[in-house]
Amino acid sequence: MKILPGILPALLLCLLPVAANAETAEEKGLAIAQEADRRDKGFGNYTNHVKMILKNKQGQESTREIRSKTLEVADDGDKSLTIFDNPRDVAGTALLSFTHREGPDDQWLYLPALKRVKRISSDNKSGPFMGSEFAYEDITSQEVDKYTYKFIRDDVLDGMDVFVFERYPKDEKSGYTRQLIWLDKEHYKERKIEYYDRKDSLLKTLTFSDYRQFEDKYWRALNMYMENHQTGKSTRLLQSSYEFNVDLTDRDFDKNSLKRAR
Amino acid sequence: MKRVLCTLACLLPAICAHAGWRGYVAAELLGFIEDPQDSRQHNSYVSLAIEPEYFHEWNQRDDLFTFKPYLMLAAHDNNRTHADLRELSWIHVARDWETNIGISKVYWGVTEAVHLVDVINQTDLVINEDGEDKLGQPMAKLTLVRDYGNFDLFVLPGFRERTFTDIEGRPRFGIPISDDALYESGAKELHTDFAIRWSRTLGEFDIGIAHFSGTGREPRFVARPAAISGMTISEITPLYEIVEQTSIDLQAIFGGWLWKLEAITRSGQGKRIRSLAGGYEYTFVGVNESQVDIGVITEYLYDSRGDSIDPAVIFASRPFFTSPFQNDLVLGARVTLNDAASSELLASVIVDMDGGGQSFNVEASRRFGDNWKLSLEGRGVMNIPAGNVLSSFEDESRIRVELARYF
Repeated sequence: MKILPGILPALLLCLLPVAANAETAEEKGLAIAQEADRRDKGFGNYTNHVKMILKNKQGQESTREIRSKTLEVADDGDKSLTIFDNPRDVAGTALLSFTHREGPDDQWLYLPALKRVKRISSDNKSGPFMGSEFAYEDITSQEVDKYTYKFIRDDVLDGMDVFVFERYPKDEKSGYTRQLIWLDKEHYKERKIEYYDRKDSLLKTLTFSDYRQFEDKYWRALNMYMENHQTGKSTRLLQSSYEFNVDLTDRDFDKNSLKRAR
Repeated sequence: MKRVLCTLACLLPAICAHAGWRGYVAAELLGFIEDPQDSRQHNSYVSLAIEPEYFHEWNQRDDLFTFKPYLMLAAHDNNRTHADLRELSWIHVARDWETNIGISKVYWGVTEAVHLVDVINQTDLVINEDGEDKLGQPMAKLTLVRDYGNFDLFVLPGFRERTFTDIEGRPRFGIPISDDALYESGAKELHTDFAIRWSRTLGEFDIGIAHFSGTGREPRFVARPAAISGMTISEITPLYEIVEQTSIDLQAIFGGWLWKLEAITRSGQGKRIRSLAGGYEYTFVGVNESQVDIGVITEYLYDSRGDSIDPAVIFASRPFFTSPFQNDLVLGARVTLNDAASSELLASVIVDMDGGGQSFNVEASRRFGDNWKLSLEGRGVMNIPAGNVLSSFEDESRIRVELARYF
């Protein structure tokens, strides 16, 4: 019996490469998503600015500007507070959301004209965010557990080695049957996502560019371009002013903080 | 270093948004379909309103100063032309408490058709009879943040009288309302009021329990002997009394179902009042595979006061008041297009289940460009029996058009 502790790790080491080879496409897809998630863990909190440029079929543009604060929550989804600056009629409107790994997210909307806090349903995840081509579910925290996965192939995109895999939303309220993701092998960041609607036709393509690294660890795409193939509309989402570790606590993400959001 | 950079960045408010101005200017046209009941009234009313807001955050956003004046200039109705300090307040935030000192506004409540538990601020009724516009209230508020919920403690020095349309204004009750209010307290509008509220989120539930002690925001009315001659009454006078009001508000969310309840019990204005409003809003998301959301609203309203007034009480110069929503059902629909113009429509009907008629309400709005917003509103009542409090609104069907420029 005494030799077992020594033998066991050796045995396991022998088994490991075999296990990796025997991995199914589903397991490999999940492993990639978990690794991407692991590499982004520990950011703590950050604030940033977002500008969205909405373009309709005729090429007319309108802009949206928001500021957001995000807090990483151990063993659960992130908390975020989003304050709207533009268009001006919704300036001061604020959205507090607690994403969860399982079950529906909690969301409260603050309406400054009435000073009223409204609880809102997270059923609207497939709905457009501020009239843009981004749905709520495209911009909220992407928890690993909210999807199942399938590895498709290794590929090269714009000279980068990438994994191509699919993920399937577990939530039946999602607007998608599947998403096809191009993820670079060096940093495990998304480079392109194709969204397929409930009829499994290609709905939108999101391309990520202008990646910057923060705190020597966390990569963020400063330019995201979402194109809707079915309507001809598009939204360019530009992120700026990222600041990490800005001393945010749970108190910055409660209903009181929502009411004094400016 | 980070702090220094931040302070420097704040010199450019557009970048840092630690301080800045925002607000709107709006022009409104209010038109009536029927001719007025009183020859001193008119068929249309125009008004212009401005509500700028200046805010400044400092001390790493732990302190916030807000200044928000309001001005309305209105034709015909002198009471509608008015200015108010909506906010002039300083909020300070600490780890487990918060203070708000100055003039401010607080909203409590969850239901759509009535706002029973919302008692801190006085209603600015001349702007819109939906009762959602409020006057600034002087207050010292302390919030204690605890694991078992938040406690809000209010000291409210000074009282604001409700605003009412004047003789030329519409819609109004058949009898004009005097500007010279009566008070129960000898201190009149200088009486200091108190309130406490506990609120907490428990999973799918948001709950609040509150008590208010002081001059009630909702007045009773008195026809003073001098205003009565024979069978005619020239004016009625608001009477503000000391009340004790305890309330509960509750909302719960289960998928697309949002359940709501507000209930109050109030003493100090004759017989104890009990009122309740409760119901749900269910939202169909992405109807017919479009981006349109449709919410279906159903609320039940109860008020122990009843909806009619005994003329004998009025002629005896005894205080009276009433609520049209003694046993009523609200049915409504909210259509949200989720388009770039944020187009919205809310239509509702309140049905009196004791045969007291129906009230209609339609509200729609959309944005033009990045800064303009057009709002339309239509209201009216039907089949109101004689003696019902709403009977003076029978021929007051109206349409409101508002164009606002936000900055």
